Amino acid sequence: MARKQAKAKRATRTTKKTAAAKKGGVVFAPGKWVGQPIRRKEEDRLVRGKGIFVDDQKSQGMLHIRFVRSPYAHANIRKVDVSAAAAMPGVVCTLTGEEVAGLVQPFIEIGPDVGQKVADYPMASKKVIYQGEPVAAVVAETRMGAEDAAELVEVDYEPLPAVIMAEDALKDETLLHPAMGTNKNWHGVFEYGNVEKAFKEAAHVVSIGRMHFHRFSSTPLENNAMIAEWDSKADRIEFWSNNTFPSFAAQFLSPALGVRIDQILMKSFDIGGGFGIKITNYPYMALCALASRKAGGLPVKWAETRTEHMQASAHGNERTYLDTKVALDKNGVITAIESRHVDDCGAYPRYEPLGCVIWAQVLPGSYRLRNARIDMNQVVTNKCPVGPNRGYSRMQQLWFMERVLDICGHALGIPADEMRYRNYIRKEEMPYETPNGCVYDSGDYAGMLDMAKKLVGWDEWKKKQAEARKQGRWLGIGIGSTLDSGTNNFGQARIINAGAPFSGQSKAAIAKLDIYGEVVISMGSVPQGQGHETTAAQTVAEVLNIPPDLVKVKPGFDTEQNAYTGHTGTYASQFAVTGLSAINGAAEKLKKEMLRLAAWSLKVKEKDLEMGVGEQGPEVRVKGKPGKSINYWGLANIVNVNNAGMPEELWDVTLNCRYVYHAPFEVPDLKRKFGNLTLTYAAQIHVAVVEVDRETFQPKILAYACVDDCGRAINPMIVKGQVHGCAAQGIGAALMENCAYDADGNLLASTFSDYTPITSMNMPELLYGHMESPSPFSFNGAKGMGEGGAAPVHTICAALQDALYAEGVVIEDSHNNGDSIFQSVAKAHAGGYAEMVRVEHGKSARAR
Amino acid sequence: MAKIQLQVNGSSITVEAEATLLSVLREQLELTGTKYGCGEGQCGACTVLIDGRARRSCQTPASAAVNKKITTIEGLAQGEHLHPLQEAFLAEGAMQCAYCTSGMIMSAASLLSSNANPSEAEIVRHMDGNICRCGTHPRIVAAIRRAANAAKESGR
Repeated sequence: MARKQAKAKRATRTTKKTAAAKKGGVVFAPGKWVGQPIRRKEEDRLVRGKGIFVDDQKSQGMLHIRFVRSPYAHANIRKVDVSAAAAMPGVVCTLTGEEVAGLVQPFIEIGPDVGQKVADYPMASKKVIYQGEPVAAVVAETRMGAEDAAELVEVDYEPLPAVIMAEDALKDETLLHPAMGTNKNWHGVFEYGNVEKAFKEAAHVVSIGRMHFHRFSSTPLENNAMIAEWDSKADRIEFWSNNTFPSFAAQFLSPALGVRIDQILMKSFDIGGGFGIKITNYPYMALCALASRKAGGLPVKWAETRTEHMQASAHGNERTYLDTKVALDKNGVITAIESRHVDDCGAYPRYEPLGCVIWAQVLPGSYRLRNARIDMNQVVTNKCPVGPNRGYSRMQQLWFMERVLDICGHALGIPADEMRYRNYIRKEEMPYETPNGCVYDSGDYAGMLDMAKKLVGWDEWKKKQAEARKQGRWLGIGIGSTLDSGTNNFGQARIINAGAPFSGQSKAAIAKLDIYGEVVISMGSVPQGQGHETTAAQTVAEVLNIPPDLVKVKPGFDTEQNAYTGHTGTYASQFAVTGLSAINGAAEKLKKEMLRLAAWSLKVKEKDLEMGVGEQGPEVRVKGKPGKSINYWGLANIVNVNNAGMPEELWDVTLNCRYVYHAPFEVPDLKRKFGNLTLTYAAQIHVAVVEVDRETFQPKILAYACVDDCGRAINPMIVKGQVHGCAAQGIGAALMENCAYDADGNLLASTFSDYTPITSMNMPELLYGHMESPSPFSFNGAKGMGEGGAAPVHTICAALQDALYAEGVVIEDSHNNGDSIFQSVAKAHAGGYAEMVRVEHGKSARAR
Repeated sequence: MAKIQLQVNGSSITVEAEATLLSVLREQLELTGTKYGCGEGQCGACTVLIDGRARRSCQTPASAAVNKKITTIEGLAQGEHLHPLQEAFLAEGAMQCAYCTSGMIMSAASLLSSNANPSEAEIVRHMDGNICRCGTHPRIVAAIRRAANAAKESGR
């Protein structure tokens, strides 16, 4: 008991609860607007084809840039000759890597020590280190003119051996960045509890061979796109882009381009999907800016092609797990895990090595694991640089934990659901502090699994499975337990690099009454379909007691007009918490000013006033006195254009209220790698029934259930849409999508024909269930959601293993199509299982 | 550059005979509702109607569309009155980032013009050439069903 109290105390030390939570128990009254499935405001323009995406923009004198890219994954550049291209009619200028190296500083590196020795220029000058890396650019009056001229650029390469596999990178035989002296970009050991003791006391020890989480990308349908205009007279650079973390990009671009950050103007509007992948498109922003300057300040547009996107934008992190050992007690409860993880960040780290700590937000997954030692390495390889793809770095850890659960369950003969019930963190243990100091805010994983099982018809499927097995069919039922940790504490970056100058998390918003009384909200979030305009309007509507339709929300990022902090962007499942907290704060501030002003105007006390909508539109009125009111136009009029006689004590009323929300974080204990890394933990529990065809080895999903819990849902319609999206991307990743490379570093899926993104034919019917465990750490009880932690990848792997375990198959890779399943079965039949998994019972070890 | 006449959304327009219909629509006519997604006819974001049938404008030479009726998303609504498919997409919330939406709606329009009452399986099969990376497929299928029902009820 004492221990439990101490734990709870620790939990509150690292994360301050909201006032409501402190009073004991959080009760969220159903809102008039918040919690309703209101249709998205942004859809009216989008359904008419009137969205404003970057490539839809044109401006006077706009030029087009085309990049010349390396066909090799690793090669010295002997010579680049742009003379023939430059001589083409319509070509305005060219850029080469050598020229660019003389104009910019390499981008900031987040990693310490050897990481600081990476020289990341936006264009290669001496050697290329991934296929598709830009080596030159041509700027022309038309897009086709630039494309044609780029064909004439001659580049002489001397190919070098490519480093493709993470394990090969570890050997340091071929180096990508000679100045680093190694390919190991980052290394750290995350150790908690008493691992030795747990293994000594274990009833069973399961050793697992190599496992691998494959490379994939959410490949937004809109490729990267940007327009850069370096205005030399105004001495500023304007970027109109689809970057989804513009304040971060600006912090990288400013030192690289040698300009003050206030000289950089970032703008975005509608974005055709991002999923994190567009966070790292800033090297191209630098190149477009340089091209614009060279072209005399004319705007330069870049609209990426699909193949460019596949080869040279960003992929999700690839991870290999080696030497995994799991200690379990006699009931199959996991007591310790020891493992070596090698993350592969591709050619340049960029956002990395942040992924080397972000996984630790969900170190034990949804389980009560207390003892762990994870040796984390990150390596560079001759592949496309990675970017934070939906479920970033946590999905790799969650997949690992789910594989561990299923492999141990099968090895010990414990059913998959039972394995989870025995290991899940329990509802009554919330808020739960993980061994590394993260605080899981709330949740009922066992309850969610019950719900998912019911939805899918677990018992009936179990019967059908038994029947199917009698007929020799391969039918499996799998569970995937996923956490979507949201609102990250940038202080975790200090675990990566103690000197990294960032921590915490913040968002800004401005709420104002414009001159004619319009309620205008500006925020700097960069939505790509998450419905921020709508949930922002719902939140403001609740505060002011007006319909959301009366709230104008300015979407997108705009350095000049919208509110932002250095953390502003759309990433890390957080808008419902951080974005809406900022908006709520700004709206409350505005409301307070409106009440003060109305009290003076109506000559009553503030406490006698209420907000609402009357005959003359939205108003502040005296309670119980119909007609005694002042509408929003009246209030705005007093402050903005009719302010003679306004008493001095009201001069601080601006009706233009900025509020910055700060998430309650502290810098983690760097030595112990201990602290709260994220504020909220949404959860998704999925169950899948999958059959593998015995003839073709093709897997087919027969039933699929998703249950999500993101705390209080601000807009259930949006929440469900995000769950669908996560499910689609995860199913695609599990069964179809793979950014595989050959041994020479050629990307094998550089078009959609090869990458085969999921389509309607491959989407199973999604049975959907929803649970609400309000977060005690957010003002509205919401938890960030939307990344979904790649739940289907874990779930489908679990189902496949369940289907094929009798054949001796252990699913060791996150990507499984007909071909790879055929290989797995062949390997198992050749005795691969014994190599893959070894079980020791007590002290009498024996191999199976 | 050679000039050609195209019939787009009910108007006759002279354009330069550039490489693809997609670039003519977007670059010359500023009908930007039609999108580039892959440039190889695999994603469907560039779908328009040519004589009522869904066609990938990124794979269609502009010259091949001469003397044919071209309809883009901008030409689907009758003034302020949205097409039943647009209404249905709104009612079902069948979009997230909406980059695929124009192509989805145009593909669906083609389906409904040849099959006014498609089954769910027929919808799924027909829409298989349109990629949505936000995963709104279930709602897209529902929206097309809704539009078909609405048309049936209104006797159109």
